[in-house]
Amino acid sequence: MSKSNFTRRGVLKTGAVAGAGLALPTIFTAQSGHAFTNDPTGGSVTLGFNVPQSGPYADEGADELRAYQLAVEHLNGEGDSGMLNTFTSKELQGNGILGKKVEYVTGDTQTKSDAARASAKSMIEKDGAIMITGGSSSGVAIAVQGLCQEAGVIFMAGLTHSNDTTGKDRKANGFRHFFNGYMSGAALAPVLKNIYGDDRKAYHLTADYTWGWTQQESIAAATEALGWETVNNVLTPLASTDFSSYIAPVLNSGADVLVLNHYGGNMVNSLTNAVQFGLREKVVNGKDFEIVVPLYSRLMAKGAGANVKGIHGSTNWHWSLQDEGSKAFVKSFGTKYGFPPSQAAHTCYVQTLLYADAVTRAGSFAPCAVAEALEGFEFDGLGNGKTLYRAEDHQCFKDVLVVRGKENPTSEFDLLEVVEVTPAAQVTYAPDHAMFGGAEASLGECNNGA
Amino acid sequence: MDGLILQILNGLDKGSAYALIALGLTLIFGTLGVVNFAHGALFMIGAFCAVTISKILNISYEVVDPNQTDFLGNPLKVKTPYVESWFGPEMGASIIDWSVPLAILLTIPVMMLIGLIMERGLIKHFYSREHADQILVTFGLAIVLQEIIKYYFGANPIQTPPPEALQGVANIGAAFGMDLPYPIWRIVYFCFSLGIIGAVFAFLQFTTFGMVVRAGMADRETVGLLGINIDRRFTIMFAIAAAVAGLAGVMYAPINPPNYHMGMDFLVLSFVVVVVGGMGSLPGAVLAGFMLGILESFASTTWATTTLPGINQIIIYLVAIIVLLTRPRGLMGRKGVMEE
Amino acid sequence: MLGLNNKDTKLLIAVAVLTLLAPFILNPFPADSAMAQFNAGYPDLMQRFVIFGIFAIGFNILFGLTGYLSFGHAAFLGIGSYAAVWIFKLFTYNVVPAIALAVIMAGLFSVIIGYVSLRRSGIYFSILTLAFAQMSFALAYSVLSNPKFNLTNGETGLQVYADDIQMFHREGLPDLPHLFGLSMRSTYNLDIGAWSFSFNAGYYLCAIVLMLVFYLSIRIFRSPFGLMLRAIKSNQTRMSYTGLNPRPHTLAAFVISGMYAGLAGGLMAAMDPLAGAERMQWTASGEVVLMTILGGTGTLIGPVLGAGFIKYFENIFSKINDSILHEWFAFLPDGLENFMVFIVHPFVGKGWHLTLGILFMLVVIFLPGGLVEGGQRIAKWIKNRGKAEDSGATTEPAE
Repeated sequence: MSKSNFTRRGVLKTGAVAGAGLALPTIFTAQSGHAFTNDPTGGSVTLGFNVPQSGPYADEGADELRAYQLAVEHLNGEGDSGMLNTFTSKELQGNGILGKKVEYVTGDTQTKSDAARASAKSMIEKDGAIMITGGSSSGVAIAVQGLCQEAGVIFMAGLTHSNDTTGKDRKANGFRHFFNGYMSGAALAPVLKNIYGDDRKAYHLTADYTWGWTQQESIAAATEALGWETVNNVLTPLASTDFSSYIAPVLNSGADVLVLNHYGGNMVNSLTNAVQFGLREKVVNGKDFEIVVPLYSRLMAKGAGANVKGIHGSTNWHWSLQDEGSKAFVKSFGTKYGFPPSQAAHTCYVQTLLYADAVTRAGSFAPCAVAEALEGFEFDGLGNGKTLYRAEDHQCFKDVLVVRGKENPTSEFDLLEVVEVTPAAQVTYAPDHAMFGGAEASLGECNNGA
Repeated sequence: MDGLILQILNGLDKGSAYALIALGLTLIFGTLGVVNFAHGALFMIGAFCAVTISKILNISYEVVDPNQTDFLGNPLKVKTPYVESWFGPEMGASIIDWSVPLAILLTIPVMMLIGLIMERGLIKHFYSREHADQILVTFGLAIVLQEIIKYYFGANPIQTPPPEALQGVANIGAAFGMDLPYPIWRIVYFCFSLGIIGAVFAFLQFTTFGMVVRAGMADRETVGLLGINIDRRFTIMFAIAAAVAGLAGVMYAPINPPNYHMGMDFLVLSFVVVVVGGMGSLPGAVLAGFMLGILESFASTTWATTTLPGINQIIIYLVAIIVLLTRPRGLMGRKGVMEE
Repeated sequence: MLGLNNKDTKLLIAVAVLTLLAPFILNPFPADSAMAQFNAGYPDLMQRFVIFGIFAIGFNILFGLTGYLSFGHAAFLGIGSYAAVWIFKLFTYNVVPAIALAVIMAGLFSVIIGYVSLRRSGIYFSILTLAFAQMSFALAYSVLSNPKFNLTNGETGLQVYADDIQMFHREGLPDLPHLFGLSMRSTYNLDIGAWSFSFNAGYYLCAIVLMLVFYLSIRIFRSPFGLMLRAIKSNQTRMSYTGLNPRPHTLAAFVISGMYAGLAGGLMAAMDPLAGAERMQWTASGEVVLMTILGGTGTLIGPVLGAGFIKYFENIFSKINDSILHEWFAFLPDGLENFMVFIVHPFVGKGWHLTLGILFMLVVIFLPGGLVEGGQRIAKWIKNRGKAEDSGATTEPAE
C-alpha cells in the first residue's frame, strides 16, 4: 500500500508541477494508441521468461532460464549462434528480432497458477513483454495461456505434458513445442509390447490431478489396444511423500507391470519406494516384473539415482541425439555452462528461436500475424527431425524418444539412453480426438489485445 | 490378510517419522512453551547431514582419460574419490556405501549444536513473547534454513541409498508361514525410532536430570525456587529435541531422497500429530504418530478409496477433527496447555 | 465524522489518500531508470496489495481482537473465488453479483466451520480450522474436479470457457469481468516526463471496497461488540462468570472475518477470472497470519502494511535477475562489479524467499509490535527531535 512513503512528497511535487505547467500530459487509453498490446516502439523488444524459481521444480526452472539466456545471446548475434546455423529457416540474422535488440525479464511461477499469472501479468503490464514463455507444469501452462489469450500476447508453453494444453484448453495465442500424454502412450506402447510381450497385466499409480489423469488415460488406451490388461488404477494425492502404502498392494495384485504416472518429486519417491519393495527382482506369472515411467526427464532420473536403471519411459528430447541441431545446441550450452542441457532447456531455447523466426517471417510483432506465421509451419534442424506446428490445435508434431535408464552410466549426466526414435507419423492424432476435447474444442479468436 | 499386515507395517513406518518429529515438538512445547515452526527444518537438516557425508566421502580427484570422451567430445575426466585411493578401491567403496549410518555420528553433535545456538541465540528472547511472535520468528528461521540448503544442494531430490547390505527386502513373515516381503531399511528405521523413543523416555524417567526436567515441566516456578537452574536444563532439552528431529531425518534419507522442502511437508502433519496426541503429553505424541500413520496407510488401500473417493487425501485431517471434537484435549493432553 | 473520533477520522483519510494516489506513490522512479525495477504501481500488484489488505483486515478482526488464531482462513478466500467464477460461467461477467455471492458463500461456510471449530480454543482451535481448510484444498484439487462432477477444475483452476452458458451476457459487453460495462482491465496510462502512471478500473473498484471495509473495521473495533471481543481475548473465564456467553460473539467475529476473506476472494476473481485450489492451501492461510503479525496484530492499519510488505517482496524481488544486477553495479570496476553481484545474488531472484525469511526474523526481533511499531518509533523520533524537552508525552498506539 504505502511502500514508498519516503518519496511520496517528492513525487507528488514533481507530478503536480509537471501536470500543471510543463506539458499537457499525454493521456491515452490502451485501446487507442497502438494496434496491439506492448507494441515495441524503441530499439529493443522485451520477452518474458516465466519459470519456477522456487518450489520443487526450481532446478528445472533454472535450466530453462539458462537456455533462454543462451537463446537471447544467439538472437542478438553473440556467442556461437547455436541452432541458428542448423535451423532450416534462415530468416534470423543475429541482429535481434526485426532489428530490435532482444531484452528479457524473468519471474517466478512458484509452480502455482495464481503466482504464475501474477508474474506474467507484471511482465505484461509493467515491463511491456510482448511474449511470455516457460513453466514446468500443465496447470501453470494452461492458466498462463489463458491469461495471454485475454491480454493479447503470444504464449510459448514450456514444459507441459497434459493433453489439455492443446486439447480442451487450447488457445489461439498459445503454442506448445513439448509433446503430450497421448504421444507418450503412442510411442511407448509398441516398444513395451516388443520388449515385454503383448500379454501383460498393468497396475497404474496416478497422480491425482488433471495431468495424471490424462496421461493415465492415454497410456492405458495405447497399451490396451496392443493387448495389455489394466488391472487397477490407483490415484495418489499430489502431497504424498511416501508411497509405501500404494506400492504394497501391487505385490499381490497379480499385475506384472507397474506404470507410474507421476512427475517430479512424486516420481522420484514412488520409483524409489517401488524399488525398495523389491519389485524389480520380482517374478509374476512367470515373467519378470517391470516398471514403466511414461514421462522421463534427466533431472528426475538424477533424483532417482540408480533406481532408474533399465526402466523405460518417453522424453521430448535428449542431449545424446546425434542430429546436427541437437549437437550444435549441446555444444553451445555445454561450453557456456559446463553440463549438457535438459529437455526443458531444449524446449525453451527452441521456442524462443521459433518465436523470433515467426516474427521475422511475419514482418510484425502483432500476435495474430505471429500466430499465422507459426500455424502450419514446417521446419527442421532444431532437434527431433522434421517438425510441424499444426494449425488446428497449435500442437507441435515431431519424433518422440523412447528412453531407458542406463545400466552403466559413464558420467553423472549420462543417465538415459535412447531406445527408439518414434517417427512423428506414429504419434499424430486427429485434432478433434476425444482425448483432446473432441469436436467442441476450439482455439477461439486470435487476440491482438489493445 | 497379508495385505493388511503389510499396511500396518507401512503405517508403523510412516508413524515412526511422525512420532519422532512430534516427540521433539512436544519436548519443546512442554519445557519451553515455544511453538517451534522450524522443527520441520531441523528434520530436513538431519537428512542433509546424510547427503553431506556422502558428498564429503565422494570428494574426488580427476584424472584425464584420453581414451574416453565427455558429452562435448573433450577427453573425459575420470573421478576417483580420495577415500578409495587412501583405503584401496574395495575398502573405500564400502566406506562410501555405509555413508548413511556414518552420518548418524555427525548428526548428533551437529544437531545439538544447532539446537543450542537456536535456543541461546534466538528462542531464548521469545519466552515471554506471544505465541504469534514465536510462530513468526521460527517460521522465518525455517525459511532461511531451507533456502540455505537450496542454495547449496539445489531443489532436486538427492538419492541417498542405504548400505548395500541393508537394501532389498526381507520376508519377515516366513516364520509364520506368511508371505510378507518388506524393505530391510524400513524395518531398520522402525526399530531405530523405537530405540530413540525408548531412550528419550528412559532418560526422562530414570535419570536425576530427567526428573528435574519433568518437575520443571509440571511446575517451573517451584523448581526454580528450589534453587535449581531449570533454564540450563531446558536448553539442553531443546538440543536433545533438535537431535531427535535430526536423527529422524538422517535415517529417513534412504527411504525417500531428501529435498530442501521436505521439512515443510512434514511440519503441518507433525503439528496435527502433536495436537491430536494432546498438548504437553509425550506418550500422546508417540501414540498419535503411530495411529495416524496406520490410519493413513489403511485409507490409501484400494478398498478405502473406492468406497469413499478421496478419503486418502483427507484422512489425517478428518481423524484430527473427530478426535478433537470427542476429546477436547486430544488423546492425552494436559489441561491448560496452549488452550488460550 | 461518520461517527469516528478525531484520530480515527485522520487514519481513514490517510488510508483513503494513500489508496487513491497509489498509482503515483508506488511508481516513484522514472519508467526507464534502473530503479524502475522497484516500481510497484502496475495494476496487478496494486490490486493484490489492496485485496490481500482486505483479507488481512478481516483476519485481524478475529485474531487481533479475540486472539483466536485461525490457520484455515484461506479456505474462505478460495470458496469466494470459486463462487465468483461460477457466477461468471453461468450468468454474467458483471462483478457485482459475483462478489455478492462470494461473500455469501464464504459466510455460509464460515458459519459451519466456525460453529464446529469454536467448540475448542487455543491451539486446538487452530488445528481444527487448519484441518477443515486442508480438506477443502485436497478435495478441490482432485476429487471435486473429476470429469463427472467438475466443480473446481483442479490443478488448472476454474476458468470461463467460450462455450459456457453466461445467461445474461450480451453483445457489446466486455468479454472480461466488468462493472456494468466498465471492464476491470481497462487502464489509463498517464505519462509525465519520464514517469508513467497507470490508473486501472479494477484497482479503483478494489480501493473503494477497501475504504468501505476499513471504515467498517474501525467501527467494529470501537463498538461495544469490539470491546466484548477484546474481553474474550483478555480473559474468557471472567467474562463467562459475569453472565456473558462468549461463544456467539466469537462466532460472529469468525463469520465476519470469513466474509472479509470471501470478499477478497471474490475481488480476486473479479480482477482475474480464475480460481485455483492453491489459494486454499495451508501456506496461503499461513501467509495471512504472517501478514497480520508482521504488520502488527490488533492494530487497524498493521495488517494492510503486512500484506503490502509480503506481496511486494514476492512480486518485485523475485524478478531481479543477474543481468539486472550487472546493470546496477556496472559503474563499478569489473572485479568489484562481479563481487557485488555475487554478494547480492543469493538474496534476489530465486532467493527472494531467503530475503523474506530474514526480514520476518528482523521485524519480529526488533519490532515486537510489527511494522506499525516501526512507524510509531520513527514518528516519535521525529517528534522528539522537534521538541526535545517534551519527552514525557506518551503517544497512544495508533490502532
